[in-house]
Amino acid sequence: MYSLEFTVNGQLCQVAVDLKTTLLEVLRDKLFITSPKVGCNTGDCGTCSVLMNGKLVRSCITNALSAQGKEVTTIEGLAEAGELHPLQEAFHDNYGAQCGFCTPGMILASKALLDENPKPTREEAKEALSGNLCRCTGYGKIIDSVMAAAEQMAQAKS
Amino acid sequence: MRKRGVGIAAGFYPMGMSGGGDSSQALVKIQPDGSAVLTVGSCDIGQGCKTVLAQMTAEVLGIDYAQVKVVNDDTDNCPLSFGTFASRVTYVDGKATIAAAENARDILLEVAAQMLEKSPEDLVAADGKISVKDDPDTSLAIGEVAGAATFGMRRLVVGLGHYMRDPATPDPDTGECDPVCSLAWAANLAEVEVDTETGEVEVLRLVSSYDVGKAINPMLTEGQIEGGGAMGVGAALSEQLHPHYPGLEDQPTNLGDYAIPTTMDIPDLESVIYECPSTNGPFGAKGLGEMTANCPAPAIVNAIHDAVGVWLNELPASPERVLRALDEKGGG
Repeated sequence: MYSLEFTVNGQLCQVAVDLKTTLLEVLRDKLFITSPKVGCNTGDCGTCSVLMNGKLVRSCITNALSAQGKEVTTIEGLAEAGELHPLQEAFHDNYGAQCGFCTPGMILASKALLDENPKPTREEAKEALSGNLCRCTGYGKIIDSVMAAAEQMAQAKS
Repeated sequence: MRKRGVGIAAGFYPMGMSGGGDSSQALVKIQPDGSAVLTVGSCDIGQGCKTVLAQMTAEVLGIDYAQVKVVNDDTDNCPLSFGTFASRVTYVDGKATIAAAENARDILLEVAAQMLEKSPEDLVAADGKISVKDDPDTSLAIGEVAGAATFGMRRLVVGLGHYMRDPATPDPDTGECDPVCSLAWAANLAEVEVDTETGEVEVLRLVSSYDVGKAINPMLTEGQIEGGGAMGVGAALSEQLHPHYPGLEDQPTNLGDYAIPTTMDIPDLESVIYECPSTNGPFGAKGLGEMTANCPAPAIVNAIHDAVGVWLNELPASPERVLRALDEKGGG
Protein backbone atom coordinates (compact mmCIF):
# COMPACT_ATOMS: atom_id res chain seq x y z
CA MET A 1 0.00 0.00 0.00
CA TYR A 2 1.03 3.58 -0.64
CA SER A 3 0.04 6.78 1.03
CA LEU A 4 -1.76 9.26 -1.17
CA GLU A 5 -1.88 12.81 0.10
CA PHE A 6 -3.91 15.30 -1.84
CA THR A 7 -6.44 18.08 -1.47
CA VAL A 8 -10.10 17.46 -2.20
CA ASN A 9 -12.36 20.50 -2.33
CA GLY A 10 -9.89 22.41 -0.17
CA GLN A 11 -9.43 19.68 2.42
CA LEU A 12 -6.19 17.81 2.86
CA CYS A 13 -6.75 14.05 2.69
CA GLN A 14 -4.54 11.07 3.31
CA VAL A 15 -5.60 7.72 1.93
CA ALA A 16 -3.94 4.30 1.64
CA VAL A 17 -4.08 3.08 -1.97
CA ASP A 18 -2.44 0.36 -4.03
CA LEU A 19 -0.94 0.72 -7.47
CA LYS A 20 -4.17 -0.13 -9.25
CA THR A 21 -6.57 2.08 -7.27
CA THR A 22 -8.26 4.67 -9.43
CA LEU A 23 -9.00 8.22 -8.38
CA LEU A 24 -12.71 7.44 -8.74
CA GLU A 25 -12.41 4.57 -6.25
CA VAL A 26 -10.64 6.82 -3.77
CA LEU A 27 -13.26 9.54 -4.07
CA ARG A 28 -16.29 7.27 -3.86
CA ASP A 29 -15.22 4.33 -1.72
CA LYS A 30 -12.68 5.93 0.67
CA LEU A 31 -13.85 9.54 0.91
CA PHE A 32 -17.57 8.87 0.24
CA ILE A 33 -17.80 11.67 -2.31
CA THR A 34 -20.35 10.13 -4.65
CA SER A 35 -20.93 12.92 -7.17
CA PRO A 36 -18.41 11.45 -9.62
CA LYS A 37 -20.42 8.55 -11.05
CA VAL A 38 -19.37 5.10 -12.16
CA GLY A 39 -20.93 5.35 -15.60
CA CYS A 40 -19.02 3.17 -18.05
CA ASN A 41 -15.82 2.84 -15.99
CA THR A 42 -13.92 2.76 -19.29
CA GLY A 43 -13.39 6.48 -19.90
CA ASP A 44 -16.11 6.76 -22.53
CA CYS A 45 -18.96 8.63 -20.85
CA GLY A 46 -17.52 11.41 -18.70
CA THR A 47 -19.80 10.98 -15.68
CA CYS A 48 -16.76 10.51 -13.42
CA SER A 49 -15.17 13.81 -14.52
CA VAL A 50 -13.39 15.85 -11.85
CA LEU A 51 -10.93 18.72 -11.95
CA MET A 52 -7.32 17.98 -11.04
CA ASN A 53 -5.28 21.18 -10.64
CA GLY A 54 -8.04 22.82 -12.68
CA LYS A 55 -7.83 20.38 -15.59
CA LEU A 56 -10.69 18.06 -16.47
CA VAL A 57 -9.83 14.38 -15.93
CA ARG A 58 -11.82 11.18 -16.03
CA SER A 59 -11.33 9.84 -12.56
CA CYS A 60 -12.24 6.26 -13.57
CA ILE A 61 -9.12 5.96 -15.72
CA THR A 62 -6.89 8.18 -13.60
CA ASN A 63 -4.51 6.36 -11.32
CA ALA A 64 -5.07 7.57 -7.78
CA LEU A 65 -1.36 8.12 -7.15
CA SER A 66 -1.20 10.60 -10.03
CA ALA A 67 -3.18 12.93 -7.75
CA GLN A 68 -0.29 12.97 -5.25
CA GLY A 69 0.08 16.50 -3.89
CA LYS A 70 -2.54 17.86 -6.24
CA GLU A 71 -5.87 19.62 -5.84
CA VAL A 72 -8.99 17.77 -6.86
CA THR A 73 -12.35 19.51 -7.22
CA THR A 74 -15.69 17.71 -7.41
CA ILE A 75 -19.10 19.34 -7.75
CA GLU A 76 -19.29 19.53 -3.94
CA GLY A 77 -16.40 22.00 -4.06
CA LEU A 78 -18.06 24.46 -6.44
CA ALA A 79 -20.49 26.25 -4.15
CA GLU A 80 -18.83 28.85 -1.97
CA ALA A 81 -20.19 29.86 1.45
CA GLY A 82 -23.55 28.33 0.62
CA GLU A 83 -23.80 30.24 -2.68
CA LEU A 84 -24.19 28.11 -5.79
CA HIS A 85 -21.64 28.60 -8.55
CA PRO A 86 -23.10 30.52 -11.54
CA LEU A 87 -22.88 27.30 -13.57
CA GLN A 88 -24.97 25.46 -11.00
CA GLU A 89 -27.50 28.32 -11.01
CA ALA A 90 -27.61 28.29 -14.80
CA PHE A 91 -28.13 24.52 -15.03
CA HIS A 92 -30.94 24.90 -12.54
CA ASP A 93 -32.60 27.84 -14.30
CA ASN A 94 -32.30 26.42 -17.82
CA TYR A 95 -33.35 22.84 -16.99
CA GLY A 96 -29.87 21.59 -17.90
CA ALA A 97 -30.39 18.38 -15.92
CA GLN A 98 -33.04 15.71 -16.16
CA CYS A 99 -32.05 12.50 -14.37
CA GLY A 100 -28.92 14.23 -13.07
CA PHE A 101 -26.50 11.37 -13.59
CA CYS A 102 -24.27 13.24 -16.05
CA THR A 103 -24.75 16.63 -14.38
CA PRO A 104 -21.75 16.77 -12.01
CA GLY A 105 -19.45 15.84 -14.90
CA MET A 106 -21.18 18.24 -17.27
CA ILE A 107 -20.83 21.16 -14.86
CA LEU A 108 -17.16 20.40 -14.14
CA ALA A 109 -16.43 20.09 -17.87
CA SER A 110 -18.20 23.42 -18.34
CA LYS A 111 -16.12 24.97 -15.56
CA ALA A 112 -12.91 23.73 -17.18
CA LEU A 113 -14.08 25.34 -20.42
CA LEU A 114 -15.07 28.69 -18.90
CA ASP A 115 -11.85 28.90 -16.86
CA GLU A 116 -9.92 28.72 -20.12
CA ASN A 117 -12.34 30.43 -22.45
CA PRO A 118 -14.77 32.67 -20.56
CA LYS A 119 -16.70 33.64 -23.70
CA PRO A 120 -17.08 30.49 -25.77
CA THR A 121 -19.21 30.31 -28.89
CA ARG A 122 -22.03 27.75 -28.89
CA GLU A 123 -19.90 25.53 -31.13
CA GLU A 124 -16.94 25.76 -28.74
CA ALA A 125 -19.19 24.85 -25.82
CA LYS A 126 -20.49 21.83 -27.73
CA GLU A 127 -16.96 20.73 -28.51
CA ALA A 128 -15.83 21.13 -24.91
CA LEU A 129 -18.69 18.93 -23.67
CA SER A 130 -18.46 16.36 -26.45
CA GLY A 131 -16.74 13.87 -24.12
CA ASN A 132 -19.60 13.93 -21.64
CA LEU A 133 -22.58 11.80 -22.63
CA CYS A 134 -26.15 12.66 -21.71
CA ARG A 135 -29.10 10.41 -22.50
CA CYS A 136 -31.98 12.59 -21.30
CA THR A 137 -31.68 16.17 -22.44
CA GLY A 138 -30.62 16.11 -26.09
CA TYR A 139 -27.88 18.53 -24.95
CA GLY A 140 -29.64 21.73 -26.06
CA LYS A 141 -30.55 22.91 -22.60
CA ILE A 142 -27.10 21.94 -21.28
CA ILE A 143 -25.45 24.17 -23.88
CA ASP A 144 -28.02 26.90 -23.09
CA SER A 145 -26.97 26.62 -19.43
CA VAL A 146 -23.27 26.99 -20.23
CA MET A 147 -23.90 30.02 -22.42
CA ALA A 148 -26.12 31.60 -19.74
CA ALA A 149 -23.47 31.02 -17.08
CA ALA A 150 -20.76 32.54 -19.28
CA GLU A 151 -22.94 35.61 -19.78
CA GLN A 152 -23.68 35.84 -16.07
CA MET A 153 -20.03 35.49 -15.06
CA ALA A 154 -18.96 38.14 -17.61
CA GLN A 155 -21.56 40.55 -16.21
CA ALA A 156 -20.50 39.87 -12.64
CA LYS A 157 -16.89 40.72 -13.57
CA SER A 158 -17.65 43.99 -15.31
CA MET B 1 -20.27 15.01 -52.76
CA ARG B 2 -22.56 16.17 -49.96
CA LYS B 3 -26.24 16.08 -50.78
CA ARG B 4 -29.10 17.51 -48.77
CA GLY B 5 -32.58 16.15 -48.25
CA VAL B 6 -35.66 16.72 -46.16
CA GLY B 7 -37.94 14.06 -44.67
CA ILE B 8 -41.11 13.98 -42.66
CA ALA B 9 -42.58 11.33 -40.36
CA ALA B 10 -45.88 11.26 -38.53
CA GLY B 11 -46.94 9.10 -35.63
CA PHE B 12 -49.35 8.51 -32.82
CA TYR B 13 -48.96 7.01 -29.39
CA PRO B 14 -51.44 5.54 -26.94
CA MET B 15 -50.48 6.07 -23.33
CA GLY B 16 -49.82 3.29 -20.81
CA MET B 17 -50.82 -0.34 -20.95
CA SER B 18 -53.78 0.39 -23.10
CA GLY B 19 -54.95 -3.16 -23.65
CA GLY B 20 -54.13 -4.71 -20.32
CA GLY B 21 -55.40 -2.58 -17.48
CA ASP B 22 -53.23 0.05 -15.89
CA SER B 23 -53.44 1.21 -12.31
CA SER B 24 -52.05 3.82 -9.96
CA GLN B 25 -53.04 5.00 -6.52
CA ALA B 26 -52.17 8.16 -4.64
CA LEU B 27 -52.39 9.63 -1.18
CA VAL B 28 -52.53 13.32 -0.32
CA LYS B 29 -52.05 14.35 3.30
CA ILE B 30 -52.66 17.93 4.36
CA GLN B 31 -50.24 18.98 7.07
CA PRO B 32 -51.49 21.09 9.98
CA ASP B 33 -49.65 24.08 8.49
CA GLY B 34 -51.59 23.85 5.23
CA SER B 35 -48.84 22.29 3.14
CA ALA B 36 -49.43 18.94 1.43
CA VAL B 37 -47.57 15.67 1.05
CA LEU B 38 -48.34 13.60 -2.03
CA THR B 39 -47.32 9.95 -1.92
CA VAL B 40 -47.30 8.01 -5.19
CA GLY B 41 -45.57 4.88 -6.40
CA SER B 42 -44.13 6.05 -9.71
CA CYS B 43 -40.58 7.28 -9.33
CA ASP B 44 -39.01 10.21 -11.11
CA ILE B 45 -36.34 9.09 -13.58
CA GLY B 46 -35.61 12.66 -14.61
CA GLN B 47 -38.71 13.22 -16.71
CA GLY B 48 -40.06 15.50 -14.00
CA CYS B 49 -43.11 13.70 -12.58
CA LYS B 50 -42.28 15.04 -9.11
CA THR B 51 -42.81 18.53 -10.49
CA VAL B 52 -45.84 17.73 -12.62
CA LEU B 53 -47.69 15.80 -9.91
CA ALA B 54 -46.93 18.53 -7.36
CA GLN B 55 -48.37 21.07 -9.80
CA MET B 56 -51.57 19.04 -10.14
CA THR B 57 -51.92 18.66 -6.37
CA ALA B 58 -51.40 22.38 -5.84
CA GLU B 59 -53.93 23.23 -8.56
CA VAL B 60 -56.66 21.08 -7.00
CA LEU B 61 -56.02 22.21 -3.43
CA GLY B 62 -55.61 25.86 -4.31
CA ILE B 63 -52.23 26.10 -2.61
CA ASP B 64 -48.81 27.18 -3.82
CA TYR B 65 -46.75 24.65 -5.77
CA ALA B 66 -43.86 25.04 -3.32
CA GLN B 67 -46.19 23.86 -0.54
CA VAL B 68 -46.41 20.36 -2.01
CA LYS B 69 -43.86 17.72 -1.13
CA VAL B 70 -43.84 14.59 -3.29
CA VAL B 71 -42.75 11.26 -1.83
CA ASN B 72 -42.27 8.76 -4.62
CA ASP B 73 -39.03 7.00 -4.00
CA ASP B 74 -39.89 3.75 -2.25
CA THR B 75 -42.48 1.39 -3.73
CA ASP B 76 -42.55 -0.57 -0.45
CA ASN B 77 -44.05 2.40 1.34
CA CYS B 78 -45.99 4.05 -1.46
CA PRO B 79 -49.44 3.26 -2.82
CA LEU B 80 -49.67 0.88 -5.77
CA SER B 81 -48.38 2.03 -9.12
CA PHE B 82 -47.52 -0.02 -12.16
CA GLY B 83 -44.40 2.10 -12.52
CA THR B 84 -42.58 4.63 -14.63
CA PHE B 85 -42.81 3.43 -18.23
CA ALA B 86 -45.00 3.68 -21.33
CA SER B 87 -45.43 7.45 -20.97
CA ARG B 88 -48.06 6.71 -18.31
CA VAL B 89 -47.10 8.67 -15.19
CA THR B 90 -48.50 12.12 -16.02
CA TYR B 91 -51.72 10.47 -17.15
CA VAL B 92 -52.33 7.53 -14.80
CA ASP B 93 -50.61 8.81 -11.65
CA GLY B 94 -51.91 12.25 -12.56
CA LYS B 95 -55.51 11.00 -12.53
CA ALA B 96 -54.93 9.21 -9.22
CA THR B 97 -53.25 12.32 -7.79
CA ILE B 98 -56.11 14.59 -8.81
CA ALA B 99 -58.62 12.18 -7.28
CA ALA B 100 -56.63 12.05 -4.01
CA ALA B 101 -56.24 15.83 -3.89
CA GLU B 102 -59.97 16.29 -4.52
CA ASN B 103 -60.70 13.84 -1.74
CA ALA B 104 -58.45 15.78 0.65
CA ARG B 105 -60.01 19.07 -0.47
CA ASP B 106 -63.48 17.66 0.29
CA ILE B 107 -62.39 16.95 3.87
CA LEU B 108 -61.02 20.49 4.19
CA LEU B 109 -64.25 21.96 2.84
CA GLU B 110 -66.27 19.87 5.27
CA VAL B 111 -64.19 21.04 8.23
CA ALA B 112 -64.23 24.65 7.05
CA ALA B 113 -68.00 24.46 6.61
CA GLN B 114 -68.30 23.43 10.23
CA MET B 115 -66.05 26.31 11.32
CA LEU B 116 -67.87 28.91 9.22
CA GLU B 117 -71.31 27.44 9.80
CA LYS B 118 -71.87 27.02 6.08
CA SER B 119 -72.46 24.11 3.78
CA PRO B 120 -69.39 22.61 1.97
CA GLU B 121 -71.02 23.35 -1.40
CA ASP B 122 -70.92 27.06 -0.61
CA LEU B 123 -67.13 27.04 -0.22
CA VAL B 124 -64.21 27.16 -2.60
CA ALA B 125 -60.50 26.42 -2.12
CA ALA B 126 -58.15 28.84 -3.90
CA ASP B 127 -55.09 31.01 -3.24
CA GLY B 128 -54.27 29.16 -0.03
CA LYS B 129 -57.68 29.94 1.45
CA ILE B 130 -61.10 28.42 1.78
CA SER B 131 -63.65 31.12 1.21
CA VAL B 132 -67.39 31.50 0.85
CA LYS B 133 -68.36 31.61 -2.83
CA ASP B 134 -70.62 34.65 -2.72
CA ASP B 135 -68.83 36.30 0.17
CA PRO B 136 -65.09 36.03 -0.65
CA ASP B 137 -64.12 38.18 2.35
CA THR B 138 -65.24 35.42 4.68
CA SER B 139 -62.40 32.95 4.48
CA LEU B 140 -60.02 30.75 6.42
CA ALA B 141 -56.41 29.99 5.55
CA ILE B 142 -56.03 26.34 4.55
CA GLY B 143 -53.45 25.96 7.33
CA GLU B 144 -56.00 27.23 9.83
CA VAL B 145 -58.53 24.65 8.65
CA ALA B 146 -56.03 21.80 8.55
CA GLY B 147 -54.68 22.76 11.95
CA ALA B 148 -58.16 22.89 13.49
CA ALA B 149 -59.03 19.56 11.89
CA THR B 150 -55.84 17.87 13.06
CA PHE B 151 -55.60 19.21 16.60
CA GLY B 152 -59.12 20.35 17.45
CA MET B 153 -61.34 17.85 15.70
CA ARG B 154 -58.90 14.94 15.81
CA ARG B 155 -59.28 14.36 12.10
CA LEU B 156 -56.60 13.13 9.78
CA VAL B 157 -56.87 15.14 6.55
CA VAL B 158 -55.88 12.46 4.06
CA GLY B 159 -57.26 12.08 0.56
CA LEU B 160 -57.12 8.79 -1.30
CA GLY B 161 -57.21 8.49 -5.06
CA HIS B 162 -57.15 5.68 -7.52
CA TYR B 163 -57.19 5.36 -11.27
CA MET B 164 -57.52 2.11 -13.13
CA ARG B 165 -58.08 1.64 -16.78
CA ASP B 166 -59.96 -1.63 -17.19
CA PRO B 167 -58.42 -4.24 -19.48
CA ALA B 168 -59.87 -3.96 -22.96
CA THR B 169 -62.07 -6.95 -23.78
CA PRO B 170 -62.52 -7.51 -27.49
CA ASP B 171 -66.02 -8.37 -28.72
CA PRO B 172 -65.75 -12.10 -29.60
CA ASP B 173 -67.58 -11.63 -32.91
CA THR B 174 -66.12 -8.42 -34.26
CA GLY B 175 -62.90 -7.99 -32.27
CA GLU B 176 -64.06 -4.48 -31.48
CA CYS B 177 -62.70 -3.00 -28.26
CA ASP B 178 -61.59 0.26 -26.74
CA PRO B 179 -57.95 -0.28 -25.82
CA VAL B 180 -56.72 3.30 -25.95
CA CYS B 181 -56.98 5.89 -23.14
CA SER B 182 -55.63 8.82 -25.07
CA LEU B 183 -53.92 9.26 -28.40
CA ALA B 184 -51.07 11.71 -28.77
CA TRP B 185 -50.02 12.74 -32.26
CA ALA B 186 -46.66 13.66 -33.72
CA ALA B 187 -44.95 15.07 -36.77
CA ASN B 188 -41.19 15.30 -37.21
CA LEU B 189 -39.19 17.00 -39.90
CA ALA B 190 -35.53 16.20 -40.50
CA GLU B 191 -33.02 17.83 -42.78
CA VAL B 192 -29.85 15.84 -43.45
CA GLU B 193 -26.67 16.03 -45.45
CA VAL B 194 -25.35 12.76 -46.87
CA ASP B 195 -21.71 12.39 -47.86
CA THR B 196 -21.82 10.13 -50.91
CA GLU B 197 -18.12 9.27 -50.58
CA THR B 198 -18.07 8.24 -46.94
CA GLY B 199 -21.72 7.35 -46.42
CA GLU B 200 -21.91 9.58 -43.37
CA VAL B 201 -25.20 11.27 -42.58
CA GLU B 202 -25.34 14.51 -40.64
CA VAL B 203 -28.62 15.75 -39.18
CA LEU B 204 -28.72 19.49 -39.81
CA ARG B 205 -32.15 20.15 -38.41
CA LEU B 206 -34.78 18.23 -36.50
CA VAL B 207 -38.14 19.84 -35.83
CA SER B 208 -40.30 17.77 -33.51
CA SER B 209 -43.94 18.60 -33.09
CA TYR B 210 -46.14 16.81 -30.56
CA ASP B 211 -49.76 17.02 -29.55
CA VAL B 212 -49.39 16.59 -25.81
CA GLY B 213 -52.98 17.39 -24.91
CA LYS B 214 -51.88 19.87 -22.30
CA ALA B 215 -48.28 20.73 -21.44
CA ILE B 216 -48.60 20.67 -17.65
CA ASN B 217 -45.07 22.07 -17.49
CA PRO B 218 -43.92 23.40 -20.88
CA MET B 219 -40.23 23.49 -19.96
CA LEU B 220 -40.27 19.81 -18.91
CA THR B 221 -42.31 18.96 -22.00
CA GLU B 222 -39.67 20.56 -24.18
CA GLY B 223 -36.99 18.66 -22.28
CA GLN B 224 -38.75 15.38 -23.03
CA ILE B 225 -39.12 16.26 -26.71
CA GLU B 226 -35.47 17.24 -27.07
CA GLY B 227 -34.22 14.20 -25.19
CA GLY B 228 -36.32 11.89 -27.33
CA GLY B 229 -35.09 13.73 -30.42
CA ALA B 230 -31.49 12.96 -29.54
CA MET B 231 -32.32 9.32 -28.80
CA GLY B 232 -34.06 9.14 -32.16
CA VAL B 233 -31.01 10.51 -33.95
CA GLY B 234 -28.93 7.82 -32.22
CA ALA B 235 -31.37 5.10 -33.22
CA ALA B 236 -31.35 6.39 -36.80
CA LEU B 237 -27.64 6.73 -37.31
CA SER B 238 -25.36 5.07 -34.78
CA GLU B 239 -26.84 2.83 -32.12
CA GLN B 240 -26.70 -0.87 -32.83
CA LEU B 241 -27.14 -3.70 -30.35
CA HIS B 242 -26.68 -6.62 -32.75
CA PRO B 243 -24.42 -5.74 -35.68
CA HIS B 244 -24.87 -9.21 -37.27
CA TYR B 245 -28.48 -9.85 -36.34
CA PRO B 246 -29.88 -12.53 -36.17
CA GLY B 247 -26.34 -13.54 -35.15
CA LEU B 248 -25.53 -12.22 -31.69
CA GLU B 249 -21.76 -11.93 -32.01
CA ASP B 250 -19.81 -8.69 -31.72
CA GLN B 251 -22.33 -7.07 -29.43
CA PRO B 252 -21.13 -3.74 -28.12
CA THR B 253 -20.02 -4.05 -24.51
CA ASN B 254 -19.23 -0.44 -23.68
CA LEU B 255 -20.17 3.12 -24.58
CA GLY B 256 -17.22 3.33 -26.94
CA ASP B 257 -18.72 0.64 -29.19
CA TYR B 258 -22.36 1.51 -28.63
CA ALA B 259 -22.27 5.03 -29.97
CA ILE B 260 -24.93 7.22 -28.41
CA PRO B 261 -24.96 10.76 -29.81
CA THR B 262 -22.64 13.38 -28.33
CA THR B 263 -23.05 17.16 -28.36
CA MET B 264 -21.39 17.14 -31.78
CA ASP B 265 -23.96 14.81 -33.36
CA ILE B 266 -27.10 16.68 -32.42
CA PRO B 267 -28.17 19.93 -34.07
CA ASP B 268 -29.99 22.55 -32.01
CA LEU B 269 -33.30 20.73 -31.72
CA GLU B 270 -36.55 22.56 -32.35
CA SER B 271 -39.63 21.58 -30.37
CA VAL B 272 -43.20 22.49 -31.17
CA ILE B 273 -45.81 21.85 -28.49
CA TYR B 274 -49.35 21.46 -29.78
CA GLU B 275 -52.21 21.21 -27.32
CA CYS B 276 -55.38 19.40 -28.34
CA PRO B 277 -56.79 18.42 -24.95
CA SER B 278 -57.56 14.80 -24.19
CA THR B 279 -61.20 14.40 -23.22
CA ASN B 280 -60.30 12.21 -20.24
CA GLY B 281 -56.68 13.06 -19.34
CA PRO B 282 -55.60 15.00 -16.23
CA PHE B 283 -56.21 18.67 -17.15
CA GLY B 284 -56.34 17.41 -20.76
CA ALA B 285 -52.82 15.93 -20.75
CA LYS B 286 -51.77 12.89 -22.80
CA GLY B 287 -48.72 10.64 -22.63
CA LEU B 288 -45.67 12.07 -24.39
CA GLY B 289 -42.34 10.60 -23.29
CA GLU B 290 -41.82 7.49 -25.31
CA MET B 291 -43.11 8.67 -28.65
CA THR B 292 -40.51 11.41 -28.83
CA ALA B 293 -37.85 8.78 -29.53
CA ASN B 294 -39.88 7.02 -32.21
CA CYS B 295 -40.45 9.65 -34.87
CA PRO B 296 -36.98 11.02 -35.66
CA ALA B 297 -35.62 7.82 -37.27
CA PRO B 298 -38.29 7.51 -40.00
CA ALA B 299 -38.02 11.25 -40.70
CA ILE B 300 -34.25 10.90 -41.06
CA VAL B 301 -34.54 7.82 -43.31
CA ASN B 302 -37.00 9.72 -45.51
CA ALA B 303 -34.60 12.65 -45.62
CA ILE B 304 -31.78 10.33 -46.72
CA HIS B 305 -34.02 9.09 -49.53
CA ASP B 306 -34.79 12.66 -50.51
CA ALA B 307 -31.05 13.44 -50.57
CA VAL B 308 -29.62 10.46 -52.45
CA GLY B 309 -32.57 8.36 -53.62
CA VAL B 310 -31.95 5.19 -51.61
CA TRP B 311 -34.16 3.58 -48.99
CA LEU B 312 -32.46 2.38 -45.82
CA ASN B 313 -34.68 -0.40 -44.55
CA GLU B 314 -32.51 -1.33 -41.59
CA LEU B 315 -31.38 0.86 -38.73
CA PRO B 316 -29.03 2.35 -37.95
CA ALA B 317 -28.34 4.03 -41.28
CA SER B 318 -24.61 3.55 -40.75
CA PRO B 319 -22.08 4.82 -43.30
CA GLU B 320 -21.55 1.21 -44.41
CA ARG B 321 -25.24 0.67 -45.08
CA VAL B 322 -25.60 3.99 -46.88
CA LEU B 323 -22.60 3.20 -49.11
CA ARG B 324 -23.89 -0.30 -49.89
CA ALA B 325 -27.28 1.12 -50.79
CA LEU B 326 -25.64 3.74 -53.02
CA ASP B 327 -23.50 1.03 -54.68
CA GLU B 328 -26.57 -1.05 -55.36
CA LYS B 329 -28.29 1.91 -56.92
CA GLY B 330 -25.23 2.60 -59.03
CA GLY B 331 -23.49 5.45 -57.30
CA GLY B 332 -24.68 8.65 -55.60
